[in-house]
Amino acid sequence: MAYSEKLIDHYENPRNIGSFDKTAEDVGTGLVGAPACGDVMKLQIKVGPDGLIEDAKFKTFGCGSAIASSSLVTEWVKGKTIDEAETIKNTDIARHLALPPVKIHCSVLAEDAIKAAIADYRAKATRKAE
Amino acid sequence: MTAITQIRRNDQPIYLDYQATTPMDPRVLEAMMPYFTHKFGNSGSRSHAYGWEAEEGTEKARAQVAKLIGADEKEVIFTSGATESNNLAIRGVAEFYKDRKNHIITTVTEHKCVLDTCRHLEQQGFDVTYLPVRQDGLLDLDVLRAAITDKTVLVSVMAVNNEIGVIQPLAEIGKICRERKVFFHTDAAQAAGKIPLDVEALNIDLMSISGHKIYGPKGIGALYVRRKPRVRLVPMIVGGGQERGFRSGTLPTPLCVGLGEAAEICMKEMDDEAKRLKKLQDRMLNGLRAKLTDIVVNGDLEHRIPGNLNISFAYVEGESLMMGIKNLAVSSGSACTSASLEPSYVLRALGVEEEMAHTSLRIGLGRFTTEHEVDTAVDELVRHVNKLREMSPLWEMAQEGIDIKSIEWAAH
Repeated sequence: MAYSEKLIDHYENPRNIGSFDKTAEDVGTGLVGAPACGDVMKLQIKVGPDGLIEDAKFKTFGCGSAIASSSLVTEWVKGKTIDEAETIKNTDIARHLALPPVKIHCSVLAEDAIKAAIADYRAKATRKAE
Repeated sequence: MTAITQIRRNDQPIYLDYQATTPMDPRVLEAMMPYFTHKFGNSGSRSHAYGWEAEEGTEKARAQVAKLIGADEKEVIFTSGATESNNLAIRGVAEFYKDRKNHIITTVTEHKCVLDTCRHLEQQGFDVTYLPVRQDGLLDLDVLRAAITDKTVLVSVMAVNNEIGVIQPLAEIGKICRERKVFFHTDAAQAAGKIPLDVEALNIDLMSISGHKIYGPKGIGALYVRRKPRVRLVPMIVGGGQERGFRSGTLPTPLCVGLGEAAEICMKEMDDEAKRLKKLQDRMLNGLRAKLTDIVVNGDLEHRIPGNLNISFAYVEGESLMMGIKNLAVSSGSACTSASLEPSYVLRALGVEEEMAHTSLRIGLGRFTTEHEVDTAVDELVRHVNKLREMSPLWEMAQEGIDIKSIEWAAH
């Protein structure tokens, strides 16, 4: 399968690999996918006091496209508000990396991972407010 | 072992996919060359020297193939490859005997061309039983015995599996079939030339052979069809009546000659090559096990050709691993390399869990594989498995002692 240079770059030099403490109040964690389906993404955001995402980390079990998709979104969410980050669409990811049609689901998973991380962060914030 | 080396450019990756195909042995090419040029005759031309010369070539090749499997040369038919041989054997027998018997037995781990042929026959009204295999990939003989009925015409079980390299108990299967008066066909594409095969000792009635799996040319194969007791077939390709009427069409002389030469070389060098490959297989596996934890060999390691390893590297998805090991040409049991999103049906049939099937690689060693190549491959695999495990959330969970099965995953 012929992959784009951008995709290969993200696969070979993945950005922001790692983990935050998932119990920390300023961290939102999204874990999506399933091992049986061949891809699992863990995406974490760290939200600053100003409401901006100051850092993001990921770990992914999956094909090269899944790794590249998650690496890319960690770059994209940084510096955004969580509302802005929520608007990232899988089609943008797929287009940027020029994903082949059979790999579109990888970008869908990356979008789901952001949404799951944001939902987790919001749930924590709500609990804290109560 | 002769000092024949593979013709490989320096910029090409190390070839470790010998179950997909093999490079042609230079000695095979040499034997073929005259038949592309001055010995160009049609082996069917009986009236002049060009035809006689070509026929000499094809008949010598037929004898070479026959000798490899302990057959008589009259029992060997040239085809375009193992896919055609499998089609001809299974469909040919089924159609010829359909008035008396209409049941075929095969296994779930057969090559797609056997499974698809059987599916095709099912659509035409034949009954097909697809036997399961054990966790080690081998057929349970009691399961086979129980499946045979008085309507069974054919049992088709591959000699060596193309994904996991396991060798089926051919002698025992042959004995059961002979006792029950059922024809026994074996797809020996991955076995011929690699393990000793004797159609008499093993009671094999039909055997498929491929040229390009034994360092011969692509586009040629053979089908062994027993004469005593006689196996009858309805041909699929009709015309000039070549190949005892089983397979019409002018023989591709250079390819036949290449298949014959490849068979003879395999026969002469089989013992030495098997020993050498066993050492390389051990070297590969020991090298990986010394540096990596959580790796599992799929399929039985004892009853296996030495040129195959199928390994699951837990917590690392197969396609991403293949993207990393760019210097190695291997194949993956993971679905992500193909259009379908299902992992290997062979691994699933062994009961390998889907998450482990996604992490598997098939590594094929062969005639031109060197110790240095094996060592390079081990280093590359170790490096990339470690790198990918560092970025695997599943590896992280495993290190934290979290059971991955305890998590409720949302299947997608």
